[in-house]
Amino acid sequence: MSAAVLNVALVGNPNCGKTALFNRLTGSRQKVANYAGVTVERKAGDIRTASGRLMRLLDLPGAYSLSATSPDEAITRDVCLGRMAGEQRPDLLVCVADATNLRLHLRFVLEVRALGLPMILALNMCDAAARRGIVIDRAKLEAALGVPVVETVAVRADGVGTLLSQIDGALPPPPSKRPAGDLHAEVRRLIADAVSMPRRTAVIDDALDRWALHPVFGLAILSVVMFLIFQAVFTWAAPLQDGIDTLINGSADWLRTVLPDNTLRSLLVEGVLVGTGSVIVFLPQILLLFLFILILEESGYLPRAAFLLDRLMVGAGLTGRSFIPLLSSFACAVPGIMAARTIQDPRDRLATILVAPLMTCSARLPVYALLIGAFIPQQTVAGIFNLQGLVLFALYVAGIVSALAVAYTMKLIRRDTIEHALLLELPSYRVPHVQDVLIGLWERASIFLKRVGGIILTLTVLLWFLSTYPVAPVGFAGPAIDYSFAGRIGHAMEAVFAPIGFNWQICIALVPGLAAREVAVSSLATVYALSAAADDAAGQLLPLIAAQWSLATALSLIVWYVFAPQCVSTLAVIRRETGSWKIVAIAAGYLFALAYGASFITFRIASALS
Amino acid sequence: MDQRLRDLSLRTEAIVDRVEDLQSPDPIAARLRDLGFVAGEVVQVVATGPIGGDPLVVLVGYTRFALRRAEAARVFVRAAA
Repeated sequence: MSAAVLNVALVGNPNCGKTALFNRLTGSRQKVANYAGVTVERKAGDIRTASGRLMRLLDLPGAYSLSATSPDEAITRDVCLGRMAGEQRPDLLVCVADATNLRLHLRFVLEVRALGLPMILALNMCDAAARRGIVIDRAKLEAALGVPVVETVAVRADGVGTLLSQIDGALPPPPSKRPAGDLHAEVRRLIADAVSMPRRTAVIDDALDRWALHPVFGLAILSVVMFLIFQAVFTWAAPLQDGIDTLINGSADWLRTVLPDNTLRSLLVEGVLVGTGSVIVFLPQILLLFLFILILEESGYLPRAAFLLDRLMVGAGLTGRSFIPLLSSFACAVPGIMAARTIQDPRDRLATILVAPLMTCSARLPVYALLIGAFIPQQTVAGIFNLQGLVLFALYVAGIVSALAVAYTMKLIRRDTIEHALLLELPSYRVPHVQDVLIGLWERASIFLKRVGGIILTLTVLLWFLSTYPVAPVGFAGPAIDYSFAGRIGHAMEAVFAPIGFNWQICIALVPGLAAREVAVSSLATVYALSAAADDAAGQLLPLIAAQWSLATALSLIVWYVFAPQCVSTLAVIRRETGSWKIVAIAAGYLFALAYGASFITFRIASALS
Repeated sequence: MDQRLRDLSLRTEAIVDRVEDLQSPDPIAARLRDLGFVAGEVVQVVATGPIGGDPLVVLVGYTRFALRRAEAARVFVRAAA
């Protein structure tokens, strides 16, 4: 027994309500990090019990079995066995089982019991069980299992009191190690003795699934859900984003008036403020996106969506579980790649991460808007469609189609014939719990800001430096940026990009655009020596480039943006999530090759036709 | 009569006979057994996917799982008594 700190680990099947229980026990005092060397989330929290003891609570990843088939399950196994480097073997295991799903969960309980560590069984969701008329003889179960059994309701604040006092008491004696017999037979015996269950499934689940899993209505419902998410992410977030934009421009103007015109001001305004701003401006969209995904996750709908789309995704070398990461990538590839953690199979996860940047993220929209506005005529096609809208739609489709094609190609190259299972549980539907959603939202938002904020800020400052120095001498003809490092890099790049129709102005704008794609618009404005007021950069730029660029160049640049890996945050997140520079090189390499090839073809064909 | 779970018609109860390994070792078969696909267990296909009827949603014990047809081919069932 350890002296002061009691190490307690929560274990249990996926969907047993373990994380909700953890949230109720620790509240907001949780630390989320990664286990060393892997991208499995490690959630821990310290609590002081009533008797004044310090308890270190670890929320282990959900597992169906200790014979692990995924990195998550391997972590749970290794921590329970005390084989995990840097992790203390728990003094006490709290095994969580869903009272409405005991046929499945008790088997894992028996497996955990065989470890011989002191343990408590928490029968979770007892309220839902009672509503369904399920009667569990707690005392009988306790006697038969030989470990303390407590009832919990993780979604109620008072639902964990018994569990806490049980933990706070003396450690229960470790269960005697008995030969592991047929666990399933033992579960059946336990259930026959201690559980009375009027019906195998909840009536409400059956009723909802009849619609949600229906081949036609199910897809219709999924389309409506996706449409609503898009609507929310792109429409509802807009006023918030405009507000943030105004605030940042206002502060920039204010700083310009109060500070003397020197290098420090330029660094603060053009570097730090604009850099932070370009991150924060995406926050409303990303928070809304996370909110929707969390609600879908908590409600139990997500696995249903994965079921509906699995066949389509498998055909392309992905999995139904790739759906959410790819959907998220329409807002931003960074949360999308982070969401790929929910794919337990390493191969499927990698394939999803590699194609996620091809989804049209919202940072591409300002660039598309500028180029479409300048080069695609406002005209009606087939009586009802707007040509500009059609082109934008085609760009979205191009992203999706190329993602599927790339995934399919990777599948061919891999020539990996090992079967990777779906084996996906469709849990009971649940009403999402506000506190759990908020905790999840806070966690994801802070991870996003940590991942992206630092990178973008650093890059913006670096790029500010590159486009400011060396300072152009007095009397230098042309925009100052032309004389700077960025300008020189842009001119050097022109040799590479001339075959796809990019002039040196575009090349220069591509450099700062590395920080965030939409920055390319304001950079173009700078290159064309427009007044730096970023608010209306696109408005002033539009007629200018319409007059100066050829249609072929514009189309080539649009196509470039469909593929180009020019978002350092995405690459950095790929590095974080895969732990491999090689994967980053592969991602950047193939995206660059695709972008260059596609732009080349576009430019040549468009030049030949015009 | 020996039948594969893959070929079971929708909403028909059947009883699991065995899960066969397609190769050795077969982690997918082992996982299916862990999830409750063991002899004597009642199973039912409750939904099929919109494209090519793949994957299946199978109710085993008190739990629904989405299984691809290739996975469900390992499970042999007989008619419910």
